[in-house]
Amino acid sequence: MNIIGKREPRVDALGKVTGAAKFADDYNMPHQLYAAVKYAEFPHAEIVSVDTAKAAALSGVQAVLTAKDVPGSNRFGLGGDIRILADDRTRYLGDVVAVVAAESRALAAQAIDLIEVTYKELPAVFHPEEALKEDAPKIHEQGNEIVHHKLRRGNVEQGFAEADFILEHRFTTQAIEHSYIEPEAALAYPDEQDGFVVIGSLQNFYTSHKAIAAALDLPLSKVQIIQSTMGGSFGGKDESATMLAARAALLAQKTGRPVKMLNSREDSIRQSYKRHPYILYYKWGCRYDGSITAMELKAIADGGAYVSMSPFVTWRSVVQATGPYHCPNVKTDLYAAFTNNNFTGAMRGFGSPQVNFAIESMMDELAEQVGKSPLAVRLLNGFETGSVTATGQRLNHEVSLKHALLEAASASYYGKKWAENRLTKNKSNPIRKGIGISCAYRGVSLGAEGVDAASAVVYIQPDGSVNVSSGIIDMGQGAQTAMSQIVAEVLGINLNRLRFLQPDSGRVADSGPTVASRGTIMGGGAAKIAAENVRAVMEKTLREMTEQEQADFLFENEEIFLKKGNGKGKRVAGFDEVVARCYAKGRPLFASGVRHIAETNWDEETGQGDAYFTYVYGANVAEVEVDTETGRVDVTKFYSVHDVGRAINRSMVEGQIYGGVAMGMGYGIMEEFIQEEGQAKTLNFDEYYIPTALDVPYMKAIILENPDAKGPFGAKSIGEPALEMAAPAIANAIFNATGKRILNLPANLEEVLLGKKLRRKTPRASVSCKIGPL
Amino acid sequence: MTEITLNVNKKEYRLTVSEDALLLDVLRNNLGLTGTKRGCEVGECGACTVIMDGKTVNSCLVLAVQAQGSEIRTIEGVAENGKLHPVQQSFLEYDAVQCGFCTPGMVLSAVSLLEKKAHPEETEIKEAIAGNLCRCTGYQPIVKAIKAVGEK
Repeated sequence: MNIIGKREPRVDALGKVTGAAKFADDYNMPHQLYAAVKYAEFPHAEIVSVDTAKAAALSGVQAVLTAKDVPGSNRFGLGGDIRILADDRTRYLGDVVAVVAAESRALAAQAIDLIEVTYKELPAVFHPEEALKEDAPKIHEQGNEIVHHKLRRGNVEQGFAEADFILEHRFTTQAIEHSYIEPEAALAYPDEQDGFVVIGSLQNFYTSHKAIAAALDLPLSKVQIIQSTMGGSFGGKDESATMLAARAALLAQKTGRPVKMLNSREDSIRQSYKRHPYILYYKWGCRYDGSITAMELKAIADGGAYVSMSPFVTWRSVVQATGPYHCPNVKTDLYAAFTNNNFTGAMRGFGSPQVNFAIESMMDELAEQVGKSPLAVRLLNGFETGSVTATGQRLNHEVSLKHALLEAASASYYGKKWAENRLTKNKSNPIRKGIGISCAYRGVSLGAEGVDAASAVVYIQPDGSVNVSSGIIDMGQGAQTAMSQIVAEVLGINLNRLRFLQPDSGRVADSGPTVASRGTIMGGGAAKIAAENVRAVMEKTLREMTEQEQADFLFENEEIFLKKGNGKGKRVAGFDEVVARCYAKGRPLFASGVRHIAETNWDEETGQGDAYFTYVYGANVAEVEVDTETGRVDVTKFYSVHDVGRAINRSMVEGQIYGGVAMGMGYGIMEEFIQEEGQAKTLNFDEYYIPTALDVPYMKAIILENPDAKGPFGAKSIGEPALEMAAPAIANAIFNATGKRILNLPANLEEVLLGKKLRRKTPRASVSCKIGPL
Repeated sequence: MTEITLNVNKKEYRLTVSEDALLLDVLRNNLGLTGTKRGCEVGECGACTVIMDGKTVNSCLVLAVQAQGSEIRTIEGVAENGKLHPVQQSFLEYDAVQCGFCTPGMVLSAVSLLEKKAHPEETEIKEAIAGNLCRCTGYQPIVKAIKAVGEK
């Protein structure tokens, strides 16, 4: 292969280093208005009345909208319950009761203060276990249980009876803010044909498209969504970004003018959904040889105010709840509950970081109990090719879990260091060294969650230059580059012939969301098919040119050769020449490709089925230094091994790994989105800490390649795997250093030192002040 | 409203700005230099970093009137005569760019560091970009890219 696997520079990088790249807030139009929002004043209250008269009367204010002004559907999302503008009630403090469009940002903010809302306060609930109690205040009519997923395999009672001992722990994980550095923004404006255009930072613009068109009461064809360059997303710019874009579009419809809506960081954190906090009760039946006879898990996820992705997030947790380990008897019950906290939804990992933290901590505990090394118990229990998962799925592809574990262990000298750290208990030195290991498997793409199809279009222009477009979007992960490399490989051309076009709702067929680490395998798969379709047209012309009806051709280095067996035969023509011939014969080189995989099934009652069409495997090792006097954890080195099927671009795979490790480290020791009584206490980066250049360890990325039949050139996934097992590797390293088991994330100072979180009860400055846009 | 003069990317501008206008807003809105990014508006994320009189500043923490008479370099002024700055070139080579939102600030922090110290140590590089948050790259490729410029 000529281009696949190479460290090609990103196709989108040039504009990003020069400042030319245009993100959503960089688009402006003449005659543009600015929008601002009126927030809920109670986390749970009935909206009795909204008086907008004073705001509307302010000079320079062009529109004030409340829920009753929405011409179409005010509600959207998986549960159909997310309000663009709060209608009956407020359910969290990020709900928006009214929006204003005015001639300036300052004027819009001024108008917001003139809106008077009368509420009837309702009892609220902020803890998911409280919310599931019968007498808890109901946040939605159907009750507070969003979903209850079950998995039943074998007989756990019998499994526990066969065990030599029982291992039981309660774990908690925290809410996480995505912390994309670009806050959400959108520009909406009326077009020339009675429709609307929205330019925005939208991760899943097809779902945004549907929600916005429904809100405006317009057919999809009359609403055009243009995807601007995205400043990160990590699962986060789905419903939150849709809410913002829909509000801007409603104001544009009302005023007939372009409307810019921009979240400040505080707006972004206040409104947006987070990664689900989980409470996990794990119970394992274990044997003295280190094997597992039964696993029982009950977990409760805080879903916050709306359904969002809770059913799917918790479903992935159920599928992966046993980790990549053999266990004949499994009983899993996973609940998501409504509370009056920020709603929770998709975030990189999507239900796996929570269970992985618990499982991998349990596995280390098991090793400790039976006197084996954590590596040894993983090798004993880990999946191999042909293993059957807890859902009853046989893994028929190459299961490289143990290979990954051994690579991670050997690269880091895990065994030696693990044993040394346990023995070194120099009491005079408060700094203790530790090393920890973790591993995981992950179902690729959406799985039995839904329809899994993506589209791409390849257009070879008459001069031989190429445009590629896809419904899979690039939010920084490099999707455009990966898809470009795949197209260039199929056509045997240099990457510099290609230009990727920004996604647009009218350009490529609905490709579903860019989530679930499905960009390369699905979008790349579609791009490959589109390129093959366009190549087929060229091949038809080539057969005429060579007068060989059965000939096959090799496209390589901008030239086309006859295929001779599996090798290269006689040169036929240059790429441009064939393109010219095609156009001369009235055969434009334009084709689309659709990749659709439907090989999954699921039984809701038993949790049995082929959950995903393929899986990826990985292992992590973390080295830490723990200050036992302060509880400070310094992650010093990190080894991250992943089987990606095939690396389309090695630099980009490594980039995903480094970024994933850093984010996973934040999850492990630093980050926590704190809410008290529904009120966010960490509204900006001065209170919500993410890792800086000084916090991240030296990271070693190791790529394994076992090409998978389902992926383009064998490629699978890396985005989420890179993050999902980092935190437990660190927690296990802390145990190796200190003998303290971390049960609650993050392992910050007080958790490491005291085994619990300290909470300041007095309001912080940012909370006691009124929060609103400038 | 106050009248100020700014030298931005070697060009003189005479502007009338309100007393509470931020340098960030003036660069983005008045001059259309949107390469300077708005990320947090409290001086934590560094996306709005510019070089002002030879020092990196968060332009969200500088009032436009405070910048009166200053020389300011934004990301748009880093490449010269159609040629990328070695830092920009290195960012491309070392895959130091993902979403790109932190990149302008990151590049300016690197340029400023290298102008003060041609061959910085890794720790000095990390300190120089510690005020620029990046959520995508884990910083490692960025540090490598900056180090490579110093080693050339």
